[in-house]
Amino acid sequence: MDAFWIILTGSLVATSCGLLGCFLLLRKMTMVGDAISHAVLPGIVIAYLFTGSRASFPMLVGAAIFGVITTLLIEFLSKLGKLQEDAAIGVSFTWLFSIGVILISLFAGQVDLDQECVLYGEIAYVPLETIILDSGIDLGPEAVWMLGGNFLLVLFVIYIGYKGLVVTSFDHILASSLGISTVFWHYLLMGMISLTTVFSFESVGAIMVVAFLIGPPAVAYLLTDHLPTMLLLAVLVGILSATSGYFLAVAINGSIAGAMATVIGFSFIIAFLFSPKHGIILKGNASFK
Amino acid sequence: MNYLLDFLLLKDPNVRWVLISVLLMCSSSAIIGCFTFLRKRALVGDAISHAILPGICLSFMFTQSKNPFFLLIGAFVSGWIGLYVIDFITRNSKIKTDAALGLVLSVFYGFGILLLTTIQNAGSAAQSGLDKYLFGNAAAMMLSDIKIFGLFSLVLLAIVYYFYDAFKLVTFDRNFAEAKGFPVKRIESLISILTVFAIAIGIQAVGVVLMAALLITPAAAARYWTFDLKKMILLSAVFAMLAGLSGTFISYTLPKMPTGPWIVTVLSFLALFSILSGRKKGVWAKWRKRKFIEKKMLKENILKCMYHLGESSSNFYQLWSFAEMKDKRYLPSSQLRYGIKKLEKEGLVSVKGNAARLTEKGFEEGKRITRIHRLWEIYLTKHMQLPADHVHDDAEAIEHLITPALEKELEHQLEYPLIDPHDSPIPYKK
Repeated sequence: MDAFWIILTGSLVATSCGLLGCFLLLRKMTMVGDAISHAVLPGIVIAYLFTGSRASFPMLVGAAIFGVITTLLIEFLSKLGKLQEDAAIGVSFTWLFSIGVILISLFAGQVDLDQECVLYGEIAYVPLETIILDSGIDLGPEAVWMLGGNFLLVLFVIYIGYKGLVVTSFDHILASSLGISTVFWHYLLMGMISLTTVFSFESVGAIMVVAFLIGPPAVAYLLTDHLPTMLLLAVLVGILSATSGYFLAVAINGSIAGAMATVIGFSFIIAFLFSPKHGIILKGNASFK
Repeated sequence: MNYLLDFLLLKDPNVRWVLISVLLMCSSSAIIGCFTFLRKRALVGDAISHAILPGICLSFMFTQSKNPFFLLIGAFVSGWIGLYVIDFITRNSKIKTDAALGLVLSVFYGFGILLLTTIQNAGSAAQSGLDKYLFGNAAAMMLSDIKIFGLFSLVLLAIVYYFYDAFKLVTFDRNFAEAKGFPVKRIESLISILTVFAIAIGIQAVGVVLMAALLITPAAAARYWTFDLKKMILLSAVFAMLAGLSGTFISYTLPKMPTGPWIVTVLSFLALFSILSGRKKGVWAKWRKRKFIEKKMLKENILKCMYHLGESSSNFYQLWSFAEMKDKRYLPSSQLRYGIKKLEKEGLVSVKGNAARLTEKGFEEGKRITRIHRLWEIYLTKHMQLPADHVHDDAEAIEHLITPALEKELEHQLEYPLIDPHDSPIPYKK
């Protein structure tokens, strides 16, 4: 049963991240996603200080705020400060992350968080913290419920805003001429990524959010040129990686999050070599025909 | 206070060694970071520093020891592989650089975590402390580690010093270097090798996640103070050492405090300060320059307006009310009053209640601007073949910029004309 819950948790993270990641990849903004997933740390710590617990609404708010702060800081440094964009991203997220680590050390007594947990999570503990109703019915792990809610939210936003997201990702000039606000969709996407990071950080950690955000969409991107197919493939690859990652971790007794990231790497190598259209081996053959 | 004194006087030999090696590590990564930054590969540094983790773990698994030399070799090899993979993916597929970076970063790091936890769970006694690489812990370094890392930093600095000119050329003008017959590819590889080495050394101080900051932030901060590469390198090293010093001091006085995050936070504050108030590119410096130009334009426009009024009444020293000036050339009252006040201070106009008149100096200045304006209009109609009704706006803008030397050249080239395209006379100096 534990294995089921862990795989389900991983799959939920994989699905949410895979869907959002496709848009991030098409916008060439994956490193911003990486930055946000690190930079929400101070928000999480501050919210924890105020409420004294994890998995609460204030924590989501705190992290979402810091997600937006990261985007604003990057914009400020690159637009107003004229710092080149890659450096702006690097400066912003390392700064916010180190503030988060300092806050954790400062309030070590009050905050039951540690930096390792934030980075690579403890998905193995997910099945231990379950929601039990007063009547004694076990509803399953809290994390699964939260990630499930997040998944539905992501699905809802993408379903409702599909057109806006697609147009602003592919052709922002066309979007402007159609009266679609690129800024709105940009911040919506960044906000969703912050939320997903917060929902996921406790179970899988920041680094796995990044792996799931970039890896499966990159694999899907190599396999197809059709966006709906790409979204579907990204989700599939994510779930497969989460599942096989779990068994790999059990086999060699290591971190589950790390193993899932490793499997994502393997699936990328396979797609990179053997993708029918873009793989480097078959691509060469096609040109011979 | 005693703490600070003890710390600064380096009474504790332990502190002395830690401090020296932190300073060396920080400055060497800041210096090599300048090249990374200028070549717009800042985030590559981030990816490499994550990619180093599996190398450290594998090297430990093979040697079963935490010998810093072997760990460094392992770190270097896997960092180098990460770098190569990023290049290979972007060259051979439609995946863009940002995604390739993120992919290598997260997959290598995840793989590293997998290995690290496997080692930890295997429970060998030798492994404890390996996780220091995640967040860095300069204060806990052994003397033997310090010697090796310090030595590597010195070698790195020596190489940068020796190849400085080649690095500079390749960084700023790759095509020129290639045309000149420089082995550009090899120089670039050398820069990359040094970057990977600097990262492998630097993660001792700040850890994998924050290593990117040690590489990028000092260079970014220094960039706002100078356009000279030598000064930029020196300044970034100073910033990095300042941050290293503060970080070490803070974790020396408050042992619970982590060194790395403090180094990065101090560095980021230095960067923010530089971005806001840097002398060359800073936000504040640029804002002040813009305000200065706006003020100059306002003053010159008022003088020109008063000169034009004088032209129409043939009395250049007449007293003009603010309302009359506004009729001639509209300006918001507040701006007009502000400009007049400044002009009075400089002795260009004299004010009487709600009216002002030009002084001798002000008259000459108003004349000069009018002259440039009209000369430019002639220049545009004559040499650019623009119709006379299209040249005014352009002249409005350029009249504030033309220097006396340019003005002379303009007069000379146009052969001292008497009237402009709108039949207004050109007022020459007496």
